[in-house]
Amino acid sequence: MTSKINAMTGAEATAEAMRQVNPDVVPAYPITPQTPVMHAFASFVSDGLVDSELIRVESEHSAMSAAVGASAAGSRVMTATSANGLALMFEIVYIASSTRLPIVMNVVNRALSGPINIHCDHSDSMACRDSGWIQIYCENAQEVYETSLFAVRLAEHCDILLPVMICQDGFIISHSVERVETFDDESVRSFIGEYRPKHCLLDTDNPITIGPLDLFDYYYEHKRQQAEAINNAREIIPKLAAEYKGHFGKDLNFLESYKMDDATDVIVVMSSTAGTTKAVVDKLRAEGKKVGLLKPRLFRPFPAHEISLALKGKRMVAVLDRSDSFGSMGGPLFSEIRSALYDEAEKPIIINYIYGLGGREMMLDDIEGIYNEISCINSQPEEKVKYFGVRE
Amino acid sequence: MNIKEIAARKEKLSGGHRLCPGCAAGTIARLVLRSSERDLVVANATGCLEVSTTIYPYTAWRVPWIHNAFENAAATLSGIETAYRVLKKKGKMDKDIRFIAFGGDGGTYDIGLQSLSGTLERGHNIVYVCYDNEAYMNTGIQRSGATPLGASTKTDPAGKVRQGKPEYKKDLTAVVAAHHIPYVAQASPHNFIDLLKKAEKAIETEGPAFINVLSPCIPGWGIKMDSAMEIAKLAVETSFWPLFEVENGKWKLNYDPGDRKRPITDWLKPQKRFSHLFKPENAALIEKIQKHVDSEFERIKKLSLM
Repeated sequence: MTSKINAMTGAEATAEAMRQVNPDVVPAYPITPQTPVMHAFASFVSDGLVDSELIRVESEHSAMSAAVGASAAGSRVMTATSANGLALMFEIVYIASSTRLPIVMNVVNRALSGPINIHCDHSDSMACRDSGWIQIYCENAQEVYETSLFAVRLAEHCDILLPVMICQDGFIISHSVERVETFDDESVRSFIGEYRPKHCLLDTDNPITIGPLDLFDYYYEHKRQQAEAINNAREIIPKLAAEYKGHFGKDLNFLESYKMDDATDVIVVMSSTAGTTKAVVDKLRAEGKKVGLLKPRLFRPFPAHEISLALKGKRMVAVLDRSDSFGSMGGPLFSEIRSALYDEAEKPIIINYIYGLGGREMMLDDIEGIYNEISCINSQPEEKVKYFGVRE
Repeated sequence: MNIKEIAARKEKLSGGHRLCPGCAAGTIARLVLRSSERDLVVANATGCLEVSTTIYPYTAWRVPWIHNAFENAAATLSGIETAYRVLKKKGKMDKDIRFIAFGGDGGTYDIGLQSLSGTLERGHNIVYVCYDNEAYMNTGIQRSGATPLGASTKTDPAGKVRQGKPEYKKDLTAVVAAHHIPYVAQASPHNFIDLLKKAEKAIETEGPAFINVLSPCIPGWGIKMDSAMEIAKLAVETSFWPLFEVENGKWKLNYDPGDRKRPITDWLKPQKRFSHLFKPENAALIEKIQKHVDSEFERIKKLSLM
């Protein structure tokens, strides 16, 4: 295996991974901030660098519909979208997972309308958290690149056969140039392998019916199988990650503990803000403060057990959510983590900060401010959910 | 076209499905599939044909078949057809397959129009067949863009102040023809040779092809269980549903009843959905329908002479 160091945006890293995967079909529709992914991939198509057919559809609804058709036909399918595009796909997002089609989709996270806003938050992909897709959130362009390769194998695993959503923060990751290490084409292709579905529409000698009417006598069993499939990912991910390490010599850490060992106070946050938080943790550590970062990458299936273990014995946990779940008991990540801790005899103090909605900046000082606030809390406060950095 | 040979071909949509007795949709699907001996893959929009033929764990389809959702049969099929082209290009596929979508008028004229338009514009090598039963029949007879003026439906019932649908039927076949795709046709199941020929032509066309087929609905139209073909025939003989083709932009009227053209009342009368039109106070409505039918037929005739 050889690798190369590049200066790349998250969008370019996504497109580069797609070039190497060389998927059969890419149905896509442009939406900010996903557009540079499409632009870069379209150039690969126009220059003959991939064999893929790019279907330039007339809407995201048709993008996911064509993805379902192409995947059911037996081809390898990738696509990308953002925000309202994902919302328009929503109906077919559920059908894709329920039909057990291993489609890989990059979601360049952007706030859902309304009001319309083009900047980052996680309201788009979080709205799909119950859709049956595997969801992985990325901190930087490197993770986006590597996860895009890994996701193909994960989706197509015979005990999973589910679509995978790879999330990167719109603009913050998608449009920022970073150092990205890429692998050589041959190594990527030997890891990815060929997609050989057991059943497909193009096998006309063995006709199958896909997507029948499924009523009260079988629907429930099929849903149960779907639950089983996504839970299988918990066991399969470490195995595939070991295989990945064998190929590329790198760890794919789906739950990163950063300076957690002796930490008393922990900030839990996903995506690019985890990177910012690392710098804050470094600064505070230099001042002798026992703070750590826990960065979940896999959100579906939710690694509840692993998170409980990582938070065992901690004094204080602040969970940062880049989307709200209106009328509920906090943001999506907070609700999951709080629920995961229910089984623990000794629970840490836990509070939730909703932050960064619609691309509101989250700076080093902001995160330090959160640490300063939580370090002074000595008992579980009544107010568990706070809106950070909002004018009220 | 050898009818004996066609009749001997393998049935691709089996009996035993749950379409209403006398429904034309099953006949239309069978005729279209029978018209070709090629390997076929079918995409089906949500609707009567879909729900009645694939109640899990049963299926009536003897060809590969997919149902995705209501509004996206065309986009779904465009994905399948693209996958086929790529796999063929990569040498992973040696078969010669053709692709057909079936959608009702709801899934085609209305909610699926964008998906259809995009697929046609992109030039996929597919055939889209609309079985037009002129309302949302699967959900219980609600008005669609294909419902003709004056028809009573559950969402626009004839009452004391409204006389059914006040708007004309959308001219979808012309909308599709405006995409300038290689083959567009209107057909009726009663003229099965015409439908078989059109289906075969559509399947053999390189690029997108579209056939709009009138599909009389027993409960939705309020007609006798054994009369679907007779009603379809009357639609053609009154010129309510002209049979024509648009091949590479050239319009061609396939049937002109001439002096034998029957009044629109012959078509309206046997259908309960139009019964209120025969009240004396609605005579003007019938006249309006007749005028519209006449002018539309003349328009197609003129286009055919161009």
